[in-house]
Amino acid sequence: MLKGRHLIDPMDFSVQELEEIFKLAEQIISNPKDFSHLCDGKILATLFYEPSTRTRLSFESAMLKLGGKVLGFYEPNSSSVAKGESVADTIRTISCYADIAVIRHPKEGAPKVASMYSDIPVINAGDGGHQHPTQTLTDLLTIRILKGRLFNLTIGICGDLKFGRTVHSLLKAMSRYENNKFILISPEELKIPDYIKKEVLRKGNIDFIENEKLEEVIDSLDILYMTRVQRERFFNEEDYIRLKDSYILDAEKMKKAPKDMIVLHPLPRVNEIAYEVDSDPRACYFKQAKYGMFVRMALILKLLGVDEHVND
Amino acid sequence: MLTINSIKKGIVIDHIKAGTGIKIFNYLALNKADFSVALIINASSSKMGKKDMIKIENAIDVDITALGLIDPNITINIIKDENIVEKIYPKLPEKVEDIITCKNPRCITSMENYIPHEFYLVDESKGEYRCRYCDEIYRLTEI
Repeated sequence: MLKGRHLIDPMDFSVQELEEIFKLAEQIISNPKDFSHLCDGKILATLFYEPSTRTRLSFESAMLKLGGKVLGFYEPNSSSVAKGESVADTIRTISCYADIAVIRHPKEGAPKVASMYSDIPVINAGDGGHQHPTQTLTDLLTIRILKGRLFNLTIGICGDLKFGRTVHSLLKAMSRYENNKFILISPEELKIPDYIKKEVLRKGNIDFIENEKLEEVIDSLDILYMTRVQRERFFNEEDYIRLKDSYILDAEKMKKAPKDMIVLHPLPRVNEIAYEVDSDPRACYFKQAKYGMFVRMALILKLLGVDEHVND
Repeated sequence: MLTINSIKKGIVIDHIKAGTGIKIFNYLALNKADFSVALIINASSSKMGKKDMIKIENAIDVDITALGLIDPNITINIIKDENIVEKIYPKLPEKVEDIITCKNPRCITSMENYIPHEFYLVDESKGEYRCRYCDEIYRLTEI
Protein backbone atom coordinates (compact mmCIF):
# COMPACT_ATOMS: atom_id res chain seq x y z
CA MET A 1 0.00 0.00 0.00
CA LEU A 2 1.61 3.22 -1.12
CA LYS A 3 -1.17 5.62 -0.08
CA GLY A 4 0.12 8.21 2.38
CA ARG A 5 3.76 7.09 2.07
CA HIS A 6 6.78 9.31 1.42
CA LEU A 7 9.47 8.76 -1.20
CA ILE A 8 12.81 9.94 0.19
CA ASP A 9 15.30 7.24 -0.79
CA PRO A 10 15.15 5.25 -4.04
CA MET A 11 15.15 2.08 -1.94
CA ASP A 12 12.13 3.12 0.15
CA PHE A 13 9.85 1.02 -2.02
CA SER A 14 10.06 -2.74 -2.53
CA VAL A 15 10.43 -4.28 -5.97
CA GLN A 16 6.72 -5.21 -5.82
CA GLU A 17 5.72 -1.64 -4.96
CA LEU A 18 7.83 -0.30 -7.81
CA GLU A 19 6.12 -2.79 -10.08
CA GLU A 20 2.74 -1.32 -9.11
CA ILE A 21 3.98 2.16 -10.02
CA PHE A 22 5.45 1.04 -13.35
CA LYS A 23 2.29 -0.85 -14.33
CA LEU A 24 0.22 2.22 -13.56
CA ALA A 25 2.63 4.43 -15.55
CA GLU A 26 2.26 2.10 -18.54
CA GLN A 27 -1.53 2.33 -18.26
CA ILE A 28 -1.26 6.12 -18.24
CA ILE A 29 0.95 6.05 -21.34
CA SER A 30 -1.60 3.84 -23.15
CA ASN A 31 -4.69 5.80 -22.14
CA PRO A 32 -3.75 9.23 -20.77
CA LYS A 33 -7.33 10.52 -21.05
CA ASP A 34 -8.55 7.97 -18.50
CA PHE A 35 -6.35 9.68 -15.93
CA SER A 36 -6.83 13.32 -16.78
CA HIS A 37 -9.30 14.04 -13.97
CA LEU A 38 -8.16 11.69 -11.21
CA CYS A 39 -6.56 14.55 -9.29
CA ASP A 40 -9.37 17.09 -9.75
CA GLY A 41 -9.43 19.23 -6.61
CA LYS A 42 -6.00 18.05 -5.45
CA ILE A 43 -3.00 20.35 -4.97
CA LEU A 44 0.69 19.56 -5.37
CA ALA A 45 3.11 21.86 -3.51
CA THR A 46 6.54 22.30 -5.07
CA LEU A 47 9.08 23.50 -2.49
CA PHE A 48 12.26 24.25 -4.40
CA TYR A 49 14.99 25.60 -2.14
CA GLU A 50 17.33 25.58 -5.12
CA PRO A 51 16.46 25.93 -8.76
CA SER A 52 15.87 22.84 -10.89
CA THR A 53 13.69 23.79 -13.80
CA ARG A 54 13.63 20.34 -15.37
CA THR A 55 12.54 18.38 -12.30
CA ARG A 56 10.03 21.02 -11.22
CA LEU A 57 8.40 21.24 -14.63
CA SER A 58 8.22 17.46 -14.83
CA PHE A 59 6.33 17.32 -11.52
CA GLU A 60 4.11 20.29 -12.40
CA SER A 61 3.29 18.81 -15.77
CA ALA A 62 2.52 15.44 -14.13
CA MET A 63 0.05 17.02 -11.69
CA LEU A 64 -1.59 19.25 -14.33
CA LYS A 65 -2.09 16.25 -16.64
CA LEU A 66 -3.91 14.49 -13.80
CA GLY A 67 -6.30 17.42 -13.43
CA GLY A 68 -4.71 18.72 -10.22
CA LYS A 69 -3.30 22.13 -9.41
CA VAL A 70 0.16 23.26 -8.35
CA LEU A 71 1.48 25.86 -5.93
CA GLY A 72 4.87 26.52 -4.41
CA PHE A 73 8.12 28.45 -4.65
CA TYR A 74 11.12 27.88 -6.80
CA GLU A 75 13.63 30.11 -5.25
CA PRO A 76 13.80 30.44 -1.49
CA ASN A 77 14.55 34.16 -1.51
CA SER A 78 10.98 34.86 -2.53
CA SER A 79 9.47 32.84 0.30
CA SER A 80 9.21 32.62 4.06
CA VAL A 81 12.43 30.63 3.95
CA ALA A 82 14.24 33.92 3.41
CA LYS A 83 12.90 35.00 6.80
CA GLY A 84 14.55 31.99 8.39
CA GLU A 85 11.66 29.56 8.61
CA SER A 86 12.71 25.97 9.25
CA VAL A 87 11.98 23.07 6.93
CA ALA A 88 9.75 21.57 9.65
CA ASP A 89 7.60 24.69 9.98
CA THR A 90 7.39 25.21 6.23
CA ILE A 91 6.13 21.66 5.60
CA ARG A 92 3.67 21.85 8.51
CA THR A 93 2.21 25.01 7.02
CA ILE A 94 2.16 23.67 3.47
CA SER A 95 0.44 20.50 4.77
CA CYS A 96 -2.57 22.77 5.54
CA TYR A 97 -2.80 23.93 1.93
CA ALA A 98 -1.75 21.03 -0.29
CA ASP A 99 -2.38 17.28 -0.60
CA ILE A 100 1.15 16.23 -1.56
CA ALA A 101 4.53 17.98 -1.55
CA VAL A 102 7.70 17.79 -3.62
CA ILE A 103 10.85 19.18 -2.06
CA ARG A 104 14.27 19.96 -3.47
CA HIS A 105 16.88 21.26 -1.06
CA PRO A 106 20.65 21.83 -1.20
CA LYS A 107 21.17 20.16 2.20
CA GLU A 108 21.33 16.38 2.44
CA GLY A 109 18.48 14.88 4.43
CA ALA A 110 16.19 17.94 4.25
CA PRO A 111 13.37 15.98 2.56
CA LYS A 112 13.70 13.30 5.26
CA VAL A 113 13.23 15.99 7.90
CA ALA A 114 10.24 17.37 5.99
CA SER A 115 8.66 13.90 5.91
CA MET A 116 9.04 13.59 9.70
CA TYR A 117 6.96 16.71 10.28
CA SER A 118 4.49 16.36 7.41
CA ASP A 119 0.86 15.26 7.39
CA ILE A 120 0.93 14.80 3.61
CA PRO A 121 3.13 12.60 1.39
CA VAL A 122 6.57 14.11 0.69
CA ILE A 123 8.57 13.33 -2.43
CA ASN A 124 12.31 14.02 -2.49
CA ALA A 125 13.16 15.84 -5.73
CA GLY A 126 16.89 15.95 -4.95
CA ASP A 127 18.80 16.80 -1.77
CA GLY A 128 22.26 18.07 -2.58
CA GLY A 129 24.49 15.30 -3.88
CA HIS A 130 22.57 12.74 -1.86
CA GLN A 131 19.39 11.20 -3.34
CA HIS A 132 17.13 11.82 -6.30
CA PRO A 133 14.68 8.90 -6.21
CA THR A 134 12.31 10.00 -8.97
CA GLN A 135 15.27 10.00 -11.38
CA THR A 136 15.81 6.35 -10.45
CA LEU A 137 12.11 5.61 -11.01
CA THR A 138 12.45 7.34 -14.39
CA ASP A 139 15.48 5.25 -15.33
CA LEU A 140 13.80 2.00 -14.31
CA LEU A 141 10.56 2.72 -16.14
CA THR A 142 12.51 3.67 -19.27
CA ILE A 143 14.53 0.44 -19.17
CA ARG A 144 11.43 -1.63 -18.46
CA ILE A 145 9.56 -0.18 -21.42
CA LEU A 146 12.39 0.00 -23.94
CA LYS A 147 14.10 -3.30 -23.06
CA GLY A 148 10.96 -5.10 -21.90
CA ARG A 149 12.56 -6.24 -18.62
CA LEU A 150 14.62 -5.12 -15.65
CA PHE A 151 16.69 -8.33 -15.36
CA ASN A 152 19.27 -10.17 -17.50
CA LEU A 153 20.78 -6.90 -18.71
CA THR A 154 24.34 -5.71 -19.28
CA ILE A 155 24.38 -2.09 -18.21
CA GLY A 156 27.29 0.17 -19.05
CA ILE A 157 27.53 3.27 -16.90
CA CYS A 158 29.93 5.84 -18.23
CA GLY A 159 31.41 9.05 -16.89
CA ASP A 160 31.58 10.37 -13.35
CA LEU A 161 30.85 7.30 -11.24
CA LYS A 162 32.34 8.77 -8.08
CA PHE A 163 30.16 11.78 -7.42
CA GLY A 164 27.13 10.95 -9.56
CA ARG A 165 24.20 10.26 -7.25
CA THR A 166 22.00 9.01 -10.10
CA VAL A 167 24.62 6.38 -10.86
CA HIS A 168 24.77 5.09 -7.28
CA SER A 169 20.98 4.92 -7.05
CA LEU A 170 20.71 3.18 -10.42
CA LEU A 171 23.29 0.59 -9.35
CA LYS A 172 21.47 -0.09 -6.09
CA ALA A 173 18.07 -0.27 -7.78
CA MET A 174 19.15 -2.51 -10.68
CA SER A 175 21.07 -4.79 -8.31
CA ARG A 176 17.72 -5.91 -6.90
CA TYR A 177 16.81 -7.60 -10.18
CA GLU A 178 18.24 -10.94 -11.24
CA ASN A 179 21.27 -11.50 -13.38
CA ASN A 180 22.15 -7.91 -14.24
CA LYS A 181 25.78 -7.19 -15.07
CA PHE A 182 27.48 -3.80 -14.83
CA ILE A 183 30.33 -2.41 -16.86
CA LEU A 184 31.63 0.67 -15.10
CA ILE A 185 33.43 3.03 -17.45
CA SER A 186 35.29 5.93 -15.91
CA PRO A 187 38.73 7.50 -15.49
CA GLU A 188 40.72 6.37 -12.45
CA GLU A 189 39.85 9.58 -10.56
CA LEU A 190 36.13 9.07 -11.01
CA LYS A 191 35.79 5.35 -10.31
CA ILE A 192 32.87 4.04 -8.32
CA PRO A 193 33.55 4.51 -4.56
CA ASP A 194 34.76 1.46 -2.64
CA TYR A 195 31.77 1.49 -0.31
CA ILE A 196 29.37 1.05 -3.25
CA LYS A 197 31.48 -1.80 -4.56
CA LYS A 198 31.50 -3.41 -1.15
CA GLU A 199 27.96 -2.70 0.08
CA VAL A 200 26.08 -3.10 -3.18
CA LEU A 201 28.05 -5.04 -5.75
CA ARG A 202 30.16 -7.54 -3.76
CA LYS A 203 27.55 -8.00 -1.03
CA GLY A 204 24.89 -8.79 -3.61
CA ASN A 205 27.32 -10.97 -5.60
CA ILE A 206 26.72 -8.75 -8.62
CA ASP A 207 28.85 -9.28 -11.71
CA PHE A 208 30.77 -6.10 -12.62
CA ILE A 209 33.90 -5.00 -14.43
CA GLU A 210 35.65 -1.65 -14.57
CA ASN A 211 37.14 -0.17 -17.71
CA GLU A 212 38.65 3.18 -18.64
CA LYS A 213 37.57 3.20 -22.27
CA LEU A 214 34.05 3.20 -23.62
CA GLU A 215 35.09 2.07 -27.11
CA GLU A 216 36.53 -1.17 -25.67
CA VAL A 217 33.26 -2.34 -24.11
CA ILE A 218 30.41 -0.65 -26.01
CA ASP A 219 29.81 -3.71 -28.21
CA SER A 220 28.71 -5.80 -25.21
CA LEU A 221 26.05 -3.48 -23.77
CA ASP A 222 22.26 -3.64 -23.62
CA ILE A 223 22.11 -0.19 -22.05
CA LEU A 224 24.61 2.66 -22.08
CA TYR A 225 23.92 5.16 -19.31
CA MET A 226 25.94 8.31 -19.95
CA THR A 227 26.81 10.94 -17.36
CA ARG A 228 28.84 14.09 -17.54
CA VAL A 229 32.57 14.15 -16.81
CA GLN A 230 33.44 17.55 -15.41
CA ARG A 231 36.83 18.96 -16.20
CA GLU A 232 37.28 20.20 -12.65
CA ARG A 233 37.03 16.66 -11.29
CA PHE A 234 40.39 15.71 -12.82
CA PHE A 235 43.55 16.12 -10.81
CA ASN A 236 45.59 17.18 -13.81
CA GLU A 237 45.02 18.62 -17.25
CA GLU A 238 47.08 15.88 -18.92
CA ASP A 239 44.72 13.11 -17.79
CA TYR A 240 41.72 15.18 -18.78
CA ILE A 241 43.04 15.65 -22.32
CA ARG A 242 44.05 11.99 -22.57
CA LEU A 243 40.68 10.66 -21.49
CA LYS A 244 38.03 13.22 -22.29
CA ASP A 245 37.23 11.89 -25.77
CA SER A 246 36.68 8.44 -24.35
CA TYR A 247 33.70 9.81 -22.46
CA ILE A 248 32.11 11.60 -25.38
CA LEU A 249 29.66 9.42 -27.26
CA ASP A 250 29.69 10.10 -30.98
CA ALA A 251 28.49 8.43 -34.19
CA GLU A 252 31.83 6.66 -34.58
CA LYS A 253 31.53 4.90 -31.24
CA MET A 254 27.85 4.13 -31.89
CA LYS A 255 28.93 2.11 -34.96
CA LYS A 256 30.45 -0.45 -32.58
CA ALA A 257 27.36 -0.62 -30.37
CA PRO A 258 24.78 -3.39 -30.71
CA LYS A 259 21.74 -2.60 -32.85
CA ASP A 260 19.36 -2.91 -29.91
CA MET A 261 21.42 -1.04 -27.33
CA ILE A 262 19.74 2.02 -25.81
CA VAL A 263 21.51 5.21 -24.72
CA LEU A 264 20.20 6.94 -21.60
CA HIS A 265 21.25 10.13 -19.84
CA PRO A 266 19.67 11.89 -16.84
CA LEU A 267 20.06 15.27 -18.63
CA PRO A 268 21.06 18.01 -18.92
CA ARG A 269 23.95 17.00 -21.13
CA VAL A 270 26.82 19.31 -21.83
CA ASN A 271 29.09 17.74 -24.43
CA GLU A 272 29.23 14.07 -23.44
CA ILE A 273 26.80 13.02 -26.18
CA ALA A 274 27.47 14.57 -29.58
CA TYR A 275 24.39 16.07 -31.22
CA GLU A 276 24.91 13.75 -34.20
CA VAL A 277 23.87 10.83 -31.95
CA ASP A 278 20.41 12.34 -31.34
CA SER A 279 19.08 11.11 -34.67
CA ASP A 280 20.20 7.53 -33.94
CA PRO A 281 17.12 5.47 -32.99
CA ARG A 282 19.10 4.06 -30.06
CA ALA A 283 19.34 7.52 -28.47
CA CYS A 284 16.52 7.40 -25.91
CA TYR A 285 17.32 10.22 -23.46
CA PHE A 286 14.47 12.48 -24.52
CA LYS A 287 12.03 9.58 -24.36
CA GLN A 288 13.48 9.00 -20.88
CA ALA A 289 12.56 12.57 -19.90
CA LYS A 290 8.99 11.90 -21.06
CA TYR A 291 8.80 8.65 -19.12
CA GLY A 292 9.98 10.68 -16.13
CA MET A 293 6.78 12.68 -16.28
CA PHE A 294 4.64 9.53 -16.61
CA VAL A 295 6.32 7.81 -13.68
CA ARG A 296 5.77 10.95 -11.57
CA MET A 297 2.08 10.87 -12.57
CA ALA A 298 1.86 7.26 -11.40
CA LEU A 299 3.73 8.08 -8.20
CA ILE A 300 1.41 11.00 -7.35
CA LEU A 301 -1.66 8.80 -7.95
CA LYS A 302 -0.26 6.01 -5.76
CA LEU A 303 0.79 8.27 -2.87
CA LEU A 304 -2.55 10.08 -2.93
CA GLY A 305 -4.38 6.73 -3.22
CA VAL A 306 -6.61 8.03 -5.99
CA ASP A 307 -5.85 5.21 -8.41
CA GLU A 308 -7.94 2.70 -6.53
CA HIS A 309 -10.62 2.23 -9.19
CA VAL A 310 -7.98 1.74 -11.88
CA ASN A 311 -7.83 -1.90 -12.96
CA ASP A 312 -4.60 -3.83 -12.53
CA MET B 1 53.58 -1.76 41.05
CA LEU B 2 50.95 0.76 41.97
CA THR B 3 48.40 -0.57 44.44
CA ILE B 4 44.89 0.74 44.75
CA ASN B 5 42.60 -0.86 47.26
CA SER B 6 39.49 -2.68 46.19
CA ILE B 7 36.26 -0.84 46.73
CA LYS B 8 33.37 -1.86 48.98
CA LYS B 9 30.49 -0.61 46.91
CA GLY B 10 30.45 1.02 43.54
CA ILE B 11 31.57 0.47 39.97
CA VAL B 12 34.80 -0.66 38.37
CA ILE B 13 35.10 0.06 34.70
CA ASP B 14 37.71 -2.35 33.40
CA HIS B 15 39.38 -3.23 30.09
CA ILE B 16 39.32 0.36 28.88
CA LYS B 17 41.60 0.83 25.89
CA ALA B 18 44.80 2.54 27.10
CA GLY B 19 44.42 6.28 26.60
CA THR B 20 40.61 6.19 26.60
CA GLY B 21 40.12 6.18 30.39
CA ILE B 22 40.34 9.96 30.59
CA LYS B 23 37.50 10.29 28.03
CA ILE B 24 35.21 8.15 30.18
CA PHE B 25 36.39 10.00 33.28
CA ASN B 26 35.51 13.31 31.66
CA TYR B 27 32.20 12.02 30.24
CA LEU B 28 31.11 10.94 33.74
CA ALA B 29 32.34 14.31 35.10
CA LEU B 30 34.25 12.43 37.81
CA ASN B 31 36.45 15.47 38.46
CA LYS B 32 33.43 16.92 40.27
CA ALA B 33 32.84 13.77 42.38
CA ASP B 34 32.70 14.07 46.17
CA PHE B 35 33.45 10.36 46.58
CA SER B 36 36.64 8.37 45.92
CA VAL B 37 37.54 7.82 42.33
CA ALA B 38 40.68 6.26 40.88
CA LEU B 39 41.65 6.63 37.26
CA ILE B 40 44.40 4.16 36.48
CA ILE B 41 46.15 4.50 33.18
CA ASN B 42 48.48 2.06 31.46
CA ALA B 43 47.84 -0.77 33.91
CA SER B 44 49.39 -3.99 32.66
CA SER B 45 46.94 -6.50 31.22
CA SER B 46 47.59 -10.02 30.02
CA LYS B 47 44.81 -9.66 27.44
CA MET B 48 45.37 -6.10 26.28
CA GLY B 49 49.00 -5.35 27.07
CA LYS B 50 48.07 -2.02 28.59
CA LYS B 51 44.67 -0.89 29.75
CA ASP B 52 42.99 1.88 31.69
CA MET B 53 40.63 1.37 34.63
CA ILE B 54 38.27 3.55 36.64
CA LYS B 55 37.19 2.66 40.18
CA ILE B 56 34.26 4.61 41.57
CA GLU B 57 33.44 4.20 45.26
CA ASN B 58 29.78 5.06 44.96
CA ALA B 59 26.70 3.59 43.31
CA ILE B 60 26.20 6.07 40.49
CA ASP B 61 23.98 5.80 37.45
CA VAL B 62 26.04 5.35 34.33
CA ASP B 63 24.74 5.49 30.80
CA ILE B 64 26.07 2.15 29.55
CA THR B 65 25.11 3.00 25.98
CA ALA B 66 27.16 6.17 26.02
CA LEU B 67 30.16 4.39 27.60
CA GLY B 68 29.88 1.67 24.97
CA LEU B 69 30.09 4.33 22.28
CA ILE B 70 33.30 5.67 23.82
CA ASP B 71 34.82 2.18 24.10
CA PRO B 72 32.68 -0.85 23.17
CA ASN B 73 35.16 -3.33 24.71
CA ILE B 74 34.93 -2.21 28.33
CA THR B 75 33.61 -4.31 31.22
CA ILE B 76 31.48 -2.62 33.85
CA ASN B 77 31.70 -4.43 37.20
CA ILE B 78 29.08 -3.66 39.80
CA ILE B 79 30.55 -4.08 43.28
CA LYS B 80 28.65 -4.78 46.48
CA ASP B 81 30.30 -5.82 49.77
CA GLU B 82 33.66 -5.92 47.98
CA ASN B 83 32.34 -8.55 45.53
CA ILE B 84 31.50 -8.30 41.87
CA VAL B 85 27.75 -8.90 41.75
CA GLU B 86 27.25 -8.09 38.09
CA LYS B 87 29.40 -7.78 34.98
CA ILE B 88 28.00 -5.67 32.18
CA TYR B 89 29.39 -5.72 28.66
CA PRO B 90 28.05 -2.83 26.67
CA LYS B 91 26.59 -3.71 23.32
CA LEU B 92 26.57 -1.13 20.59
CA PRO B 93 23.01 0.16 20.33
CA GLU B 94 21.15 -0.11 17.03
CA LYS B 95 20.13 3.52 17.32
CA VAL B 96 21.90 6.44 18.96
CA GLU B 97 20.07 9.69 19.50
CA ASP B 98 21.64 13.01 20.52
CA ILE B 99 24.85 11.49 21.86
CA ILE B 100 26.96 12.02 18.77
CA THR B 101 26.41 14.73 16.18
CA CYS B 102 26.82 14.68 12.42
CA LYS B 103 29.88 16.60 11.24
CA ASN B 104 28.93 16.63 7.56
CA PRO B 105 28.59 20.32 6.60
CA ARG B 106 26.18 19.34 3.83
CA CYS B 107 23.81 17.60 6.28
CA ILE B 108 20.54 19.37 7.12
CA THR B 109 21.36 18.95 10.83
CA SER B 110 24.24 21.42 10.33
CA MET B 111 21.73 24.11 9.35
CA GLU B 112 18.65 23.48 11.48
CA ASN B 113 19.27 22.82 15.15
CA TYR B 114 15.92 21.40 16.29
CA ILE B 115 16.45 18.11 14.47
CA PRO B 116 17.45 15.15 16.67
CA HIS B 117 20.85 13.73 15.71
CA GLU B 118 20.11 10.09 14.97
CA PHE B 119 22.54 7.39 13.93
CA TYR B 120 21.99 3.75 13.05
CA LEU B 121 24.51 0.94 13.52
CA VAL B 122 25.76 -0.41 10.19
CA ASP B 123 28.77 -2.50 11.22
CA GLU B 124 29.16 -3.60 14.84
CA SER B 125 32.65 -5.06 14.40
CA LYS B 126 33.96 -1.76 13.07
CA GLY B 127 31.74 0.39 15.26
CA GLU B 128 30.29 2.18 12.23
CA TYR B 129 27.19 4.36 12.41
CA ARG B 130 25.22 6.03 9.63
CA CYS B 131 23.53 9.44 9.96
CA ARG B 132 19.77 9.07 9.48
CA TYR B 133 19.59 12.14 7.26
CA CYS B 134 22.68 12.35 5.05
CA ASP B 135 23.87 8.69 5.30
CA GLU B 136 27.41 9.80 6.21
CA ILE B 137 29.18 6.92 7.96
CA TYR B 138 31.22 7.47 11.11
CA ARG B 139 33.52 5.15 12.98
CA LEU B 140 33.34 5.52 16.71
CA THR B 141 37.10 5.99 16.80
CA GLU B 142 36.68 9.12 14.64
CA ILE B 143 34.09 10.70 16.90
